[in-house]
Amino acid sequence: MPLVSVQSVSYKYNSESVLENVSFDIEEGDFLGIIGPNGAGKTTLFHCMLGLLNSYSGRITILNQDIKKYKKIFKKIGYIPQKKSIDQKFPLTVEELVSLSLPRNTSKNIVLEILKQVRLFTMKDKIIGQLSGGQQQRVLIAKALVNNPIILILDEPTNELDPKSQNDFYSLLKELNEKNKITIIWSSHDMDAVNKYANKVSCINKRMFFHGDKGEFFSSEDNIKNYSESTMQIHMHSHDL
Amino acid sequence: MFEVDIFSYGFIQRALFSGLIIAITCTVIGLFLVLKRQSLFGDAISHMAFGGIAIGTFLNIYPVWTAMGFSIVTALAIAKMRQSTKLPSDSMVAIMLSLGLGVGVTLVSLSNGFSVDLFSFLFGSILLVSVQDLYPIIIVAIIVVSMIILYYKKFLYIAFDEEQAKISGIDVEKLNYLFTILVAITIIVSMKLVGILLISSLIVIPNVTALLFNQGFKKTLLISLSLSTFSVFAGVILSYYYNLAPSGIIVLLSASGFIFAYILKTSILK
Repeated sequence: MPLVSVQSVSYKYNSESVLENVSFDIEEGDFLGIIGPNGAGKTTLFHCMLGLLNSYSGRITILNQDIKKYKKIFKKIGYIPQKKSIDQKFPLTVEELVSLSLPRNTSKNIVLEILKQVRLFTMKDKIIGQLSGGQQQRVLIAKALVNNPIILILDEPTNELDPKSQNDFYSLLKELNEKNKITIIWSSHDMDAVNKYANKVSCINKRMFFHGDKGEFFSSEDNIKNYSESTMQIHMHSHDL
Repeated sequence: MFEVDIFSYGFIQRALFSGLIIAITCTVIGLFLVLKRQSLFGDAISHMAFGGIAIGTFLNIYPVWTAMGFSIVTALAIAKMRQSTKLPSDSMVAIMLSLGLGVGVTLVSLSNGFSVDLFSFLFGSILLVSVQDLYPIIIVAIIVVSMIILYYKKFLYIAFDEEQAKISGIDVEKLNYLFTILVAITIIVSMKLVGILLISSLIVIPNVTALLFNQGFKKTLLISLSLSTFSVFAGVILSYYYNLAPSGIIVLLSASGFIFAYILKTSILK
């Protein structure tokens, strides 16, 4: 039984098609990289999977439950949206922000343990707006971890991060995937990072062009060529592979 | 210079008691308004209240009730419109301001001009607060503060990131409506203190001042509460001794606190 199953999902916005008959499965423990150009429907797909959009056709199940009927499942999903600018004056310390997700009657020590894991313990009293972009992303991960998620969905999380912060960030995701057994689903324009960290790849541009093992995708020049032609906007970053 | 027995006067006791309660309530609710970038929402509701008071005066109904009803209904309607149309909240605030004033001015002109009562709602009359006036203030303060204590994490989460809050299972829409009602009832009972025209300053100035210090949520709230309660306390005392309008003095003290904090932050603590 797949952990997530997206079955024939289509979505239109103002009569314009954003997703067309998208189907794929995600297994428990997958580290799935979703690639596609801007406007390919990656964020829309995530919003459907997260219950933020409900007017899609088709079906999405998590743990074999239809997400439209079983809303409680969303508590088990951590989501890091595309980088938004955080108000520098927003009066929340790192510890306070991470604690926002803490369920009632839960020990605050969990927050401190998670901050240690994401290597932000020494910054716990800093104001969130004063951290670097990479640190802010790690705080958002820490906040998601408080609810002990089974899935972490990240929408282009490393945009605007320098190469070192990107590598640190991906290493943390790899650790969470391997040690904490969290299934990672992340969208990116960075094919090199997908090649380095993911075990599965999905290519999307309104329709699903490819979904399968990373090796299968990257070993086929036709796949990459077809994908590049269909998207035209892939950014090949120089990555320290 | 000051008489020691000023605190023995009943009207001073009531003014200080009600003033401090309102300062705490306005500051607590105001911090969330400021963080949601809806500082002017308080102003808009107070203008709606003006319309509501004019309706009450015109129909010979106790104006606080009509102000409360009119403000809550229109604020909720506009919140609903904002959510369904995704129009910018500042334009919605502009509509509320104009509508409230429009209704008020029209009805006042029909009632042959302003009455003394209307003036006291516009500019506040904290020294005239009666024992009967204290009850709604206390009840509203208890409701607002307990709701905030109960839901402060959720309100804070919504203010920080509404989308994330929604995904984490928070019923954002319902809590936004609840928050709108809390803002409306806070403003209505606070009108007696600083008046409709100045109420927004009590909601905004202490909180913006506290934000200058870049502290966490709890410390920011503490700084803000200190400034607002000090402004109200000192404002009432000074207005008594110097025969000045208390609402004006309270706002001036609060604004002076902001200027002082700004100078402190930009030239000494930078």
